[in-house]
Amino acid sequence: MWDYSDKVKEHFFSPHNAGALNDANAVGDVGSINCGDALRLMLKVDPETETIQDARFQTFGCGSAIASSSALTEIIKGMTLDDALKVSNQDIADYLDGLPPEKMHCSVMGREALHAAVANYRGEEWKDDHEEGALICKCFAIDAVLIEETVRANNLSCVEDVINYTKAGGGCSSCHEGIEEILTKVMAERGETFSPHAVVLKEEEKPGKLNNLQRIKRIEMILDGIRPQLQRDHGDIELVDVDGKTIYVNMIGACSGCQMEAQTLQGIQTKLMEDLGEFVKVVPSRAGSYARAASHV
Amino acid sequence: MDGIYLDNNATTRVDDAVVAAMLPFFTEQFGNPSSMHSFGNKVGLAIKKARMQVQELLGAEHESEIIFTSCGTESDSTAILSALKANPERKEIITTTIEHPAVLALCSHLEKEGYKTHFLKVDDKGRLDLEEYAKVLTDKVAVVSVMWANNETGSLFPVEWMAEMASAAGVPFHTDAVQAVGKVPIDLKNSKIDMLSLSGHKLHAPKGVGVLYLKRGVRFRPLLRGGHQERGRRAGTENTASIVGLGLACEQARQHMEFENTEVKRLRDKLEAGILAKVPRAFATGDVTNRLPNTSNIAFEFIEGEAILLLLNKFGIAASSGSACTSGSLEPSHVMRAMGIPYTAAHGTIRFSLSRYSTEAEVDRVIQVVPEIVAQLRKLSPYWGEAGPAAEPEKAFAPTYA
Repeated sequence: MWDYSDKVKEHFFSPHNAGALNDANAVGDVGSINCGDALRLMLKVDPETETIQDARFQTFGCGSAIASSSALTEIIKGMTLDDALKVSNQDIADYLDGLPPEKMHCSVMGREALHAAVANYRGEEWKDDHEEGALICKCFAIDAVLIEETVRANNLSCVEDVINYTKAGGGCSSCHEGIEEILTKVMAERGETFSPHAVVLKEEEKPGKLNNLQRIKRIEMILDGIRPQLQRDHGDIELVDVDGKTIYVNMIGACSGCQMEAQTLQGIQTKLMEDLGEFVKVVPSRAGSYARAASHV
Repeated sequence: MDGIYLDNNATTRVDDAVVAAMLPFFTEQFGNPSSMHSFGNKVGLAIKKARMQVQELLGAEHESEIIFTSCGTESDSTAILSALKANPERKEIITTTIEHPAVLALCSHLEKEGYKTHFLKVDDKGRLDLEEYAKVLTDKVAVVSVMWANNETGSLFPVEWMAEMASAAGVPFHTDAVQAVGKVPIDLKNSKIDMLSLSGHKLHAPKGVGVLYLKRGVRFRPLLRGGHQERGRRAGTENTASIVGLGLACEQARQHMEFENTEVKRLRDKLEAGILAKVPRAFATGDVTNRLPNTSNIAFEFIEGEAILLLLNKFGIAASSGSACTSGSLEPSHVMRAMGIPYTAAHGTIRFSLSRYSTEAEVDRVIQVVPEIVAQLRKLSPYWGEAGPAAEPEKAFAPTYA
């Protein structure tokens, strides 16, 4: 049984705005035939102000697909089209107090329906730009297609690389067999053989003894390397302070308060330790400031 | 616990008498059956009795053909891997597209290790093509593994005949019979079946105990080596309480065999007919004229299985679904796909599986509730109009697919 939040259950058992909207002037039909979800989003848009006056949906799908559709219509009612387009799938999931990782694609479908409906209103053609594969990493909800494409595009050759580029495998590590299979397949395409024992040669020398300024610059540089991954999830990270072995950071945007925050920080900490060649602790700055405030009293 | 439990192909309630028979083996009869003292001796005798009870249900010729294991999956793995090890020069396996993952995932994995697996296809009723089987049954094949009854549809397969064919070709034959044992009569001494798996918790015994039947004389290589338990064929201290429970459950299953095939079957038929009479655009899947007496698998078109289950659960009704969403995988049930059931129906399949504890009142209640639930979800479905499916539903709603 899925561990659905009360909010998901509420929106499934008593969905808001379900059914056809007869005077809709923007309709988005999207779906994923494999996972058996399909959604029709119907909007009534005021042509003067481009405000969404009414939104209704029809969904062929599971509990969380219906709940995501219901949440989406509630979120976007009263918004202008431009504002509505800024609603991310994470916003939909957050509205429902979170979704199980296997079910995040339901919120993605909601966002896609919205984009399709807006395109329909504006007389544009909406093109879906992502493909979904079997779920590999349950901790971070990463599917096979994304891992495969990342491995191919970046010539990755070990599980560590995959963790660093996609986060997949960075949690409980149960999916490493699946990741190795993808590596084996993609590496075979480029004429290489995957070996779990291959030593990854670091292109850069490990830094020697750094002075304080060099060390902080180095930390900044490592965080810059991680940033694109976080930004892809609509989040970001900011270095606040470095106090000996403790590195204080701010998680920004979707990363802040995200259910995965602790694991993300753990991953960042591992990355920093590898690159700096020393033990460090990464602490979110709010907790850090509490601790410091307490010790200064 | 209150509620209507129609998910007996997933697991069953342990019979009260079975629990009572097991209890002494946790406390006063705690001895190790291998020990020389009287603490162990009595336990050894209890296991012997259980072995004979299993032997009787399976119609096995010798009690030593019964090997206790930890579950159906262990029995399946032991059987298939043993056949491969015993015939190292043979690199092919025959199984079906509709097996349980215990066999399917193992065979797919073995493909990576260099084995070639022939996955026999099924038709739209889930029936095998024996001509296709005969074609691939050569002396390159190390083992054939075909389920006796399918867990999702209940469809029965002609395993006894297929074992004859395998025997004539000199190929060992294994059957995963976890759904069939206790529901259909089995007489192994008069069959050519070499190995058979059963699972305790499917027939009112506890979870964590299973059996591998191994016909005398069949070449065998153990999966677990160690102590001399089970005549060295499955090392590890016996799960004595559960084995005793399984023995009694087998005896009870034999006594209820007729009841399963008359009364349970009658209730199943009533349930299925009752639902199909009230719900439009719904149909029973599988080989409905040749299936387990307790199983009904119904596809409700244009709605999704998990949503149905969540609403059923609200009414206290437990069933299961072949929809992708219930498993966390993206594909709907491989069994439904193998039978060519379209996605819009495959995602809406619900399996009702009864047991000898199911009652007429429960069946009546489900017949009453299901049509309401289906109607409620169809109101939300883009494929469904005011009073029925949208004219040409596939065209009325043709989303951009990811």
